[in-house]
Amino acid sequence: MALDPTTIRRIATLARIQVDDDRLEPLSQELNGILGWIAQLNEVDVDGVEPLTGGAQMAMKMRDDAVTDGGYPDKILANAPDRNGAFFAVPKVVE
Amino acid sequence: MAYAIEGATGAWEVVVGLEVHAQVISQSKLFSGSSAAFGAEPNTQVSFVDAGFPGMLPVINRECVAQAVRTGLGLNAVIHNVSRFDRKNYFYADMPQGYQISQYQHPIVGTGVVEVELSDGSVKEIGVTRLHLEQDAGKSLHDRHATKTFIDLNRSGVALMEIVSEPDIRSPEEAGAYLRKLRSILRYLGTCDGNMEEGSMRADVNVSVRKAGEPYRTRCEVKNVNSVRFVMQAIEAEAARQVEVWESGGSVKQETRLFDPNRLETRPMRSKEDAHDYRYFPEPDLLPLVLEDDWVAALKASLPELPDAKKARFRAEYGLTAYDAAVLVAEKATAEFFETVAKGRDAKIAANWVTGDFFAALNKTGATIDNPPISATDLGALLDLIADSTINGRIAKDVFEAMVETGKSPATIVAEKGLRQVTDTGAIDAAVDAIIAANPDKVAEYRSGKDKLFGFFVGQTMKAMAGKGNPALINETLKKRLA
Amino acid sequence: MLTDLTIAQAKAGLEAKQFSALELTEAHLHGIDTLNPRLNAFLTVTAEAAREQAKAADAAIGRGDIRALTGIPLAIKDLFCTQGVRTTAASRILDSFVPPYESTVTANLLADGAVFVGKTNLDEFAMGSSNMTSAFGPVENPWKRRQDQNAILVPGGSSGGSAAAVAARLAMGATGTDTGGSIRQPASFCGLVGVKPSYGRCSRWGVVAFASSLDHPGPFARTVEDSAILLGSMASHDPKDSTSADRPVPDYRAACRRGVAGLRIGIPREYRVDGMSAEIEALWQQGIDWLRAAGAEIVDVSLPHTKYGLATYYIVAPAEASSNLARYDGVRYGLRRDGAELSDMYGNTRAAGFGTEVQRRILIGTYVLSAGYYDAYYLRAQKVRALILRDFTEAFAQVDALLTPTAPSAAFAQGEKMDDPVQMYLNDLFTVGANLAGVPASSVPAGLDSNGLPLGLQIVGRPFDEETVFAVSAEIERAAGFSALPAIRAGV
Ligand SMILES: [Mg+2]
Ligand SMILES: [Zn+2]
Repeated sequence: MALDPTTIRRIATLARIQVDDDRLEPLSQELNGILGWIAQLNEVDVDGVEPLTGGAQMAMKMRDDAVTDGGYPDKILANAPDRNGAFFAVPKVVE
Repeated sequence: MAYAIEGATGAWEVVVGLEVHAQVISQSKLFSGSSAAFGAEPNTQVSFVDAGFPGMLPVINRECVAQAVRTGLGLNAVIHNVSRFDRKNYFYADMPQGYQISQYQHPIVGTGVVEVELSDGSVKEIGVTRLHLEQDAGKSLHDRHATKTFIDLNRSGVALMEIVSEPDIRSPEEAGAYLRKLRSILRYLGTCDGNMEEGSMRADVNVSVRKAGEPYRTRCEVKNVNSVRFVMQAIEAEAARQVEVWESGGSVKQETRLFDPNRLETRPMRSKEDAHDYRYFPEPDLLPLVLEDDWVAALKASLPELPDAKKARFRAEYGLTAYDAAVLVAEKATAEFFETVAKGRDAKIAANWVTGDFFAALNKTGATIDNPPISATDLGALLDLIADSTINGRIAKDVFEAMVETGKSPATIVAEKGLRQVTDTGAIDAAVDAIIAANPDKVAEYRSGKDKLFGFFVGQTMKAMAGKGNPALINETLKKRLA
Repeated sequence: MLTDLTIAQAKAGLEAKQFSALELTEAHLHGIDTLNPRLNAFLTVTAEAAREQAKAADAAIGRGDIRALTGIPLAIKDLFCTQGVRTTAASRILDSFVPPYESTVTANLLADGAVFVGKTNLDEFAMGSSNMTSAFGPVENPWKRRQDQNAILVPGGSSGGSAAAVAARLAMGATGTDTGGSIRQPASFCGLVGVKPSYGRCSRWGVVAFASSLDHPGPFARTVEDSAILLGSMASHDPKDSTSADRPVPDYRAACRRGVAGLRIGIPREYRVDGMSAEIEALWQQGIDWLRAAGAEIVDVSLPHTKYGLATYYIVAPAEASSNLARYDGVRYGLRRDGAELSDMYGNTRAAGFGTEVQRRILIGTYVLSAGYYDAYYLRAQKVRALILRDFTEAFAQVDALLTPTAPSAAFAQGEKMDDPVQMYLNDLFTVGANLAGVPASSVPAGLDSNGLPLGLQIVGRPFDEETVFAVSAEIERAAGFSALPAIRAGV
């Protein structure tokens, strides 16, 4: 299960992190080191074990359906790196 | 005759499955307390949760869960007492968290079924694979600026039900019938307004083609089609494209496409090119969704009568034809209108008036059943005036027209215009005598065996009486005098 | 020295009007002025706001409105969103972010009258065990090796700034977050008490997320009692956090006085790892002896999946992080680096905004969740996580609490253990289990190593039984009589 540079490129694209070509090889070595160490989990017999998804073992509470939030566009937009009027703005997207 | 695409190599069967995104009717969003209402100023209905700010956490809305359960029950589907939320990870400018909270492995609703009526009178069952809850994204506006896309997050976090069908659909007609039926059920339940123009119901259309008896071939997903007609057109266009690809020796590539209703064709969707690895995993900010049996039972008990049940009852209780019943139950408000009119009256006459003159009036005035030009009570009163011989059927049509125009009650119109039926035999005798006297040649022809002329005498008499004569009495008198 | 007081002592002094809250705050602000340029413990100092809060505290004391933390100067890890105060998570990507909201935990502290002197440094997005990954430079541990005064030691991480601030007397207590040991390990490195409560005890609302199912807010203080006072204030049921527990918050301060007589204390045999230093081993034995002498029954227990905790953690945490950090995309807040197309803008922004360790973990997390690898990595890790929880559950059927070392070593120097990420990850060897299982745990200073550096012992309790953790911690504290002081501290 080696992470070759091609896989790193694919993962980096999925994660939207621009990685220069000369970083692929060192990254591949680093990440393979970590994955090799993680591989020890293959020793564990997990047959029939239900996966544990979270830290809390309870059922979920539900909230009432009422409008209690929103209505503050200035706060929503205050930190925006680029905006146009009441909209956030990004480079044009072609669908 | 089953729908098929005739290619150079013969007939191709079309296989369609629909993923319908239906916006849940609720006050606030699925995981935040901001308003879910449509049409507000940009970014005014956005909380820090909806905008994906650091440290913000989702809290689920009970009503949205209830709406999903109601819908599941309405689709005759399995309700899962334990379900979970997952994150679907991908980047898009109008999806602030970088993931959509959805239900992947453990949806709230399992398999169900929708019965659809087709134009040849047959009924087909379309399987429902699942229904799950998820949050909507915001809105991207691509045409407001030369080099920029604008983002409005008002819709971000609004609750959606994704209703996935089995690939049981075999024609554009079936797809249309399924969508209309689904919309009807959702509207009955009050779980989605079904308004495709405002985007509160939209469909992803999965299309493939195959030769008879073959296993499924590769499918393409046509995204976000927003009207029943466009769905039907998209299927036609996409199926035709795929047949051409296969027949020219190529193979269809699995991809997401967009439908262009102006050009009636589909094209690949650029922004989805590399979105095929969503890295679903259980949403760690939420706990399992556990539904109490009692709660589900209470929701079930409070469900309204749904279209199929209502249709069966209309046929049994009112003796309506399958066609009339189907037409009357398509909209809940129409069915209620009809039942108000029919109550304590002749149901078939009521059905004729509702599907006939009343629907025509809706069409003509452009009004909707929710805001009709005349009330069901007034239409019922009109039928009563016919039944008790206050007016005759012909005059009733005029009274109906006047009701539509003026909004006045039928009794008022009859009184104001003096439209009461004339049942005074003296007046009828006089009118009949005058007509006979004025048409000696016609009388002679009739007496010599030209029976068809009877209608002429009825019409002339009625005309002379300004339409108000009692038709039965006129007939009776004419028969006597012409004998 | 006002800065040497414990929170409990300062509360008494404020109440008796021996000094004012403003004097107390000024003393700490003066310490920050003097030492922070060197320690780099604070990323933002909120001196003016602190003075205002202190004046308000004095007014409240004047009215007799004295709450749990009225007038007490605290430091806040810069992972907690604070309204109107820049919050960075020690990342370039949030360089200029000013939250328009206050986290639940800090709001609880403010409601109890606390004074915030500033926001503390940390490993970027809390990913690290040394505070070396901060985009705003490392933090210096106020402690010095006896034989090597020149070596600059790390304070541990990720809550290194909070630990250094409290150790150097720049604040009387601090908030931290603990995802794999990020409160307990720096507490051990800096001679402090650090508490990671049960999962769900402190709200995560308004805390910049690293790994949602593992993140635990908790306090740092110089005494067990002080940490009990802080946790009592930080903890609450929060309807805004679906994973927050709807349970009453007990009187933790009272629990510190319970003693350990009759308690059964488990010693997990699997924590006796190969190559454990003799010093750590001796300290652990010392702790066992102290507790036995105080009337506890010592029980040998087994947590068979202990050795898999770290590997499990290094799948689960990066997986959740890869998703939690997807929101930093340059669209709504934070750094943006333009690009011709949206995807270029994303790629450039995130490459420039995230540091090496954060990028490494996002990539690992993306990989273990990706198609074809999910079952082999993420799903398997979740199953092992279930086994780890089962280990704890079974152990707690026999014992009331566990005693272990907190960290495999004392504080190391900047530059050490930096070449191999896995070497750095081993710092969390003893602490991650409690995060994976969601059980409460503390670290209490129990002694010094041969270099004169503090070492902590870890106490782990049953879910939501922080009271027993405090009782045992207080007993260790009493027995250890830990009185060593860091070389660098206010007033020296
Ligand atoms: Mg779809
Ligand atoms: Zn969907």
